[in-house]
Amino acid sequence: MPRFLDHTVVHSCTASLLALAFMLPACSKKPSGDAAPSAAPAPPAAEPKAVEAKAAGPLKIAFAYVGPVGDAGWTFAHDKARKEAEAAFAGKVKTSFVENVPEAADAERVIRDMVDQGNTLIFGTTFGYMEPMLKVASDNPNVHFEHATGYKTAANLRTYDSRTYEGAYLAGVVAGAMTKSKVLGVVGSIPIPEVIRNIDSFTLGAQSMNPDIKTKVVWVGKWFDPPKEGEAAKALLDQGADVLMQNTDSSAVLQTAEKAGKFAFGWDSDMTKYGPNAHLASAVINWAPYYQKAIKDALEGSWKTGQVWWGVKDGAIDLVSISDKVPAATKTKIEELKKGLKDGSFTIWKGPIKDQSGKEVLKADEKAEDKMMLGINFYVKGVEGKLPSGK
Amino acid sequence: MIKLEPRAEPSRWLAVLSPLFALSLTVALGVLLFVLLDKDPLSCLQMFFVEPIKNARAIAELSIKVTPLLLIGLGLSLCFRSNVWNIGAEGQFILGSIFATWVALGATPESGTGLLIALLVAGALGGALWAGVTALLRDRFNASEILVSLMLVYVAEQLLAYLVNGPWKDPNGYNFPQTITFLSTARIPRLLEGSRANIGVLLALVSAVGCWIFLHKSFAGYRLDVAGLSPPAARYAGFSARSALWLPLLVSGALAGLAGALEVAGPDGQLTTHVPLGYGFAAIIVAFVGRLDPIGVTFSSVLMSMFFIGGELSQSRLGLPKSITGVFQGLLLFSLLTCDTFVKNKLRFVAVLPRKAAAK
Amino acid sequence: MNELILLFGSSIDSGTPLLLAALGLIINERSGVINLGAEGLMLIAAITGFASALATNNDALALLAGAAAAAVFSAFFGFLVIWLNANQYATGLALSLFGSGFSAFVGIRYTQESLAVAGHHGLLSHHYLVYVAALLTVGLSWFLFRSKAGLVLRAIGESPESAQALGYPVRSIRLAAVVTGGALVGLAGAFVSVVSTPLWVEGMIAGKGWIALALTTFATWRPARALLGAYLFGFVTMLQLHLQGRGVNLPVELLTALPYLATIFVLVLISRNPRWIAANMPTSLGKPFYPGA
Repeated sequence: MPRFLDHTVVHSCTASLLALAFMLPACSKKPSGDAAPSAAPAPPAAEPKAVEAKAAGPLKIAFAYVGPVGDAGWTFAHDKARKEAEAAFAGKVKTSFVENVPEAADAERVIRDMVDQGNTLIFGTTFGYMEPMLKVASDNPNVHFEHATGYKTAANLRTYDSRTYEGAYLAGVVAGAMTKSKVLGVVGSIPIPEVIRNIDSFTLGAQSMNPDIKTKVVWVGKWFDPPKEGEAAKALLDQGADVLMQNTDSSAVLQTAEKAGKFAFGWDSDMTKYGPNAHLASAVINWAPYYQKAIKDALEGSWKTGQVWWGVKDGAIDLVSISDKVPAATKTKIEELKKGLKDGSFTIWKGPIKDQSGKEVLKADEKAEDKMMLGINFYVKGVEGKLPSGK
Repeated sequence: MIKLEPRAEPSRWLAVLSPLFALSLTVALGVLLFVLLDKDPLSCLQMFFVEPIKNARAIAELSIKVTPLLLIGLGLSLCFRSNVWNIGAEGQFILGSIFATWVALGATPESGTGLLIALLVAGALGGALWAGVTALLRDRFNASEILVSLMLVYVAEQLLAYLVNGPWKDPNGYNFPQTITFLSTARIPRLLEGSRANIGVLLALVSAVGCWIFLHKSFAGYRLDVAGLSPPAARYAGFSARSALWLPLLVSGALAGLAGALEVAGPDGQLTTHVPLGYGFAAIIVAFVGRLDPIGVTFSSVLMSMFFIGGELSQSRLGLPKSITGVFQGLLLFSLLTCDTFVKNKLRFVAVLPRKAAAK
Repeated sequence: MNELILLFGSSIDSGTPLLLAALGLIINERSGVINLGAEGLMLIAAITGFASALATNNDALALLAGAAAAAVFSAFFGFLVIWLNANQYATGLALSLFGSGFSAFVGIRYTQESLAVAGHHGLLSHHYLVYVAALLTVGLSWFLFRSKAGLVLRAIGESPESAQALGYPVRSIRLAAVVTGGALVGLAGAFVSVVSTPLWVEGMIAGKGWIALALTTFATWRPARALLGAYLFGFVTMLQLHLQGRGVNLPVELLTALPYLATIFVLVLISRNPRWIAANMPTSLGKPFYPGA
């Protein structure tokens, strides 16, 4: 244990020396060539940046990611779209990103720094950035903010999301065709409405092939935790599930299914290579169409706030790489369903739909409104298990 | 042959200079790392040492990080001095934020300072309670406080998840796992308009002074010191071993809980599963680099905050990976521990005499 | 019934890395050195093992590489703690924190990779390392309690001064114990990233190193009990997942906290009799040793 005699003297010495050490760098404020902004005087927080100044150079766009770009899942899909957008608007835009930005308090600092660095279009790719983005947005009215999966907007902040539940439904149809035990398993991440909606849609899709199919759910509590995801998958398989789906971000579930000789789906990105025998299809989110529209809006000056929720129709979600093990009839059905989603003739959330307790949540032929779907907090009939709502 | 020999008295020079040596060593290794990563070492160093303190807003942001690190670091240095290894400060932080939220949820637009005080006291109580569980299990059942306090961190995380997913979920929040955003009467008052700095940093500094007075000027602090340095001496002098266990744990729990309260009612403004940011663990380094003394801890909390923010900035501005912060913190601690050995030991070059072959 | 058998099998799989790490820590602690850096070592080994598996496509080699990396860092730890007499707790913590940052840093380019997964396992067939771990338990038991070398090791853990007086090179033996133990801890870490979940993600060890530390106390430093404890912990982990799938009427968060609550409960049970602990814990555990002038 580091100890020393005559504490007071020693501590005062240490204190003064450390203080000196800190003063020195602060005194020599030589602006270094690369980090240009440090040469500028301290910008007051609410200095509006003139829109005209943008025209001078390429549009600077920044992305805040909650995970690492290499997660092969959620963040990977965002970054892929970012790269495609940069290529599509070559020369007119300059993109940058910060990964592993935690949700909550730290996010505000990062987003403010993005504004300070001259970015005028900022994408926040996870729900947890909602409050921080709102704060920074209110201080910077001339910067445009795009928030994924949120529900609060502002004059310069709009929300966008992908109808991942459509991908989940389509996967469910495939699962319904492929399951022999009539038990499906879902590895859930965090019990937010999006995930519950996906579990429900997956089940509805499977039940459209066979109404007796049941779904078991196990919650990992995180978006990304491969060892736990693998254990959760194993538990589901041990309980009789033979086709697995996930709402987590790694390929652990697929790999566990591969090891056990069962089936699973890829999620967020094409995961075929992680489990070639087990892989049935991947529900892939494609943010590129939306990102390119948003950038176009910003470049042309036609950017408006709103709440955007794009699905199969707009190319934001798709079920791809359907395995050859899936019967041709099912493949055809999937194509028909996709067409139906595109032209509006098919609606997934159309009554009669009952929840776990048997109560009817949608009457016959009644279509669900977006608002209702955004706040789903019940399991449909056929999903086994308890919602982690504490009630 | 090089031998390490204990000194008769710990070297005072080296005791003072050791943290600086460690810092220099870390910076040197860092520069090497930057060069290997193909980045300009000067701009990297600037990210870590200049940017976080270059203007008022930067310092305000720094203070938000310093507050929890300092508070928890103070408590941990108290614990480690007494050989009580409280690894579970993160869990105590979480309980503090939970208790504070409970008070904050009862706020009305007319609530006054009374509510704020209650909020902070509740936070401290929550943290102290959680630490008390560890103290109890160690006191009555001899269970290792290292392991119990750590397991309790995981339990605290689950408790937090339960509350924001269930009973405390915002009914208008589209079922997302978070509480309502606290009313402005339940938010920690800011120091200046337009910056996020709040009075929390003042509370932290006051706590640092308080801890210093306690440790160096009070008899209770002296007892703790003796208990940590030599348990047999403490026993012989009649100092209660029990209070040497409970006092540091309760105090560090209270400080960690206070930090949790300040965080949830300060920069966060609502309770979510993202409120705990790992300060409880980072504060372990803060405590050690601060030589387990309040003055040192104050400076080391500033240093560590600069590392954190610098790491963030180097990521967003220079493309350096975020994990570089963790590497630096670990390097700093290792360098410090290595340099520290020379406070108590010195190198001696000993001539090896040829051994006569033993006649057997 | 079938589900129960599968549950046991999964429990053993889940508990194996804990067992390997606990065995390594038992070797450490029997010699009197407490290594709180287990978590960091496992992380370092996990990334090393994963990177090696990617590069060589050879699982066995990857596991050994992971163990070797952990052994190297353990040697550094051992040097600090045994020769420079740095505080064991603080240094161990430093190793944990450093290992966490270091592995995350090195692992950046590996986050998108994945290893080819081995064929499926039937009812009772597990990865060979599971059996190796069980055999190691037996072997370590034999070594500690029936061999002279093991006796020396235990003697050093009880009273290094006496062992030195008898002429044994206490510090060298301790270092050997730390390195060997560290290698086993590393093997456990590599197992997680090469076999259990053939991916890399930062922090993927998720507390297993700390649980292993708890297990050594639970096992009162005896390998056979460590096996029991590890499998038990694996059981509780998998059980709570099964319970979730069954829709048991308990909050999910309580179920998730179950393994940790169980660990606390067991620790309390084991520790409450101070004589029991005193009789079993290596007396010199955690204390610095100064081989006289």
